[in-house]
Amino acid sequence: MGRLFSALGSRLVIAVPYLWLFVFFLVPFFIVLKISLSQTAVAIPPYLPVFGLDEGFAGLVRNLRELSFENYLWLLGDPLYLNAYLSSLWIAAVSTILTLLIGYPIAHGMARAPLALRPVLLMLVILPFWTSFLIRVYAWIGILKPEGLLNQLLLFLGVIDQPLVIINTTTAIYIGIVYSYLPFMVLPLYATLEKMDYTLIEAAQDLGCTPIAAFWKITLPLSLPGVVAGSMLVFIPAVGEFVIPDLLGGSGTLMIGKTLWSEFFSNRDWPVSSAVAVILLLILVAPIVYFQRAQARARERA
Amino acid sequence: MGGTWGRFNIAAIVLGFAFLYLPILLLVVYSFNESRLVTVWAGFSTRWYASLLSNDGLMDAAWVTARVAFISATVATVLGTMAAVALTRYTRFRGRLLFSGLIFAPLVMPEVITGLSLLLLFVAVGLDRGFVTVTLAHITFSMCFVAVVVQSRLVSFDRSLEEAAMDLGATPLRAFFQVTLPIIMPAVISGWMLAFTLSLDDLVIASFTSGPGATTLPMKIYSQVRLGVTPEINAVSTILIGIVALGVIAASIVNKRRDVLRRREENLARERGEG
Repeated sequence: MGRLFSALGSRLVIAVPYLWLFVFFLVPFFIVLKISLSQTAVAIPPYLPVFGLDEGFAGLVRNLRELSFENYLWLLGDPLYLNAYLSSLWIAAVSTILTLLIGYPIAHGMARAPLALRPVLLMLVILPFWTSFLIRVYAWIGILKPEGLLNQLLLFLGVIDQPLVIINTTTAIYIGIVYSYLPFMVLPLYATLEKMDYTLIEAAQDLGCTPIAAFWKITLPLSLPGVVAGSMLVFIPAVGEFVIPDLLGGSGTLMIGKTLWSEFFSNRDWPVSSAVAVILLLILVAPIVYFQRAQARARERA
Repeated sequence: MGGTWGRFNIAAIVLGFAFLYLPILLLVVYSFNESRLVTVWAGFSTRWYASLLSNDGLMDAAWVTARVAFISATVATVLGTMAAVALTRYTRFRGRLLFSGLIFAPLVMPEVITGLSLLLLFVAVGLDRGFVTVTLAHITFSMCFVAVVVQSRLVSFDRSLEEAAMDLGATPLRAFFQVTLPIIMPAVISGWMLAFTLSLDDLVIASFTSGPGATTLPMKIYSQVRLGVTPEINAVSTILIGIVALGVIAASIVNKRRDVLRRREENLARERGEG
């Protein structure tokens, strides 16, 4: 009897979350794919039906005939979308590198901090992650505005005599992404650096290696799994980021998340926004699969 | 070890934390500004907090958000814990690769994609957009975060304890609830809190999946931010930051106390065993 329950229990433990994610995460992608092949229509919902099963097999065949790649052709033909994809990838890549450059020294400093201090530092890195993303982005508007706090400070110090224009530029997006995603970079880096055996460095230095050479030859290569994990955690969501380019980047900057949003909410063009999403997903599939594999490997090692 | 904590490391930490905390600190400070101009200091005042209370739209949105966050975090914690158990305990079942993919993909998936795809699902099945759909959407992405948090605790969990309980005649279900669950409880609690704050925080997915009757607080804040920076938003933000900070600090105190208690019990048991 107990064994029967146990078998049933183990099935349930797997099946319930599996089924949930299947229905609410996987199936929706197929619907997006389906609608991206549909036509815009003045209706509710605003697209022509495709693959509807309610008309039986004949209806299915008819619907399949109506399938069209027009949205995709349109997307690929319009330089606006192409530029939005390219500039999203570029902005995400630059921000990822900046986050790495800023996050690495922090993670390194934490990993070498006195043992008693480390949990506190770890907590301090995680804490901003708990505070609202929207609010943290909003905080930067007040800082970066022409009459904002940063310009006030710089003018007061006499560093500049004209307020810098930072808000509504790509620079503001970089600052926003680096700031918001910094904990995602620091945490995996810290995890690998903390586990590292520092006697290796001491040995290298005893053998005449300079600290900088020891860093390049030992610390950095050993921390590569953390570098990869952190970079993926920053890069992938940053490509599709909406809030940061919208609030800090202004109307002049181009990112695909913003394009998708305005296609959907302003133009109410569901098929085109679906096509935008499908292409974005195709671009991100390789890094996502790579990230997931790396995670699985890291878990198996642990 | 302390001697190797060089000047460079200390500088990196101090600057890094200044970068992380200064913007939030400034935001909080300026919520107490008398002036309507957010960036000009005109003396201490709590008038913006008072004016919040009479802002009905904001209060309604806060109430909706709190309910969505509470329900979605609770369901997500149950589902996420189950998923974590499934991932760590059952290393071989059909479709496990897909399953782990479904857990990890939402963590990095751009929110616009998740939001759009969920909306299209709800439209396809004819579910009216509103409170229920936002809640379902929030459960879906936050359960994955819970799963990862709980899983990291389960991996380091000593399974022999559970096996011992079963050897002593406990059913697997009872062993789980009486042995495993109490031990992984800190992770489950922080999973719940993470799910709660993720839901509290979400703008993009809520904007896609919510209907006219269920405007959440981030949606409200966003529409006001687009009109410009106001001290009122600083005040809401400060309250939210305060709630979250209190929650995190309270949870860490509770966890620490549990740890101390557990250690004391273990010591006691050991002493009895020796005596």
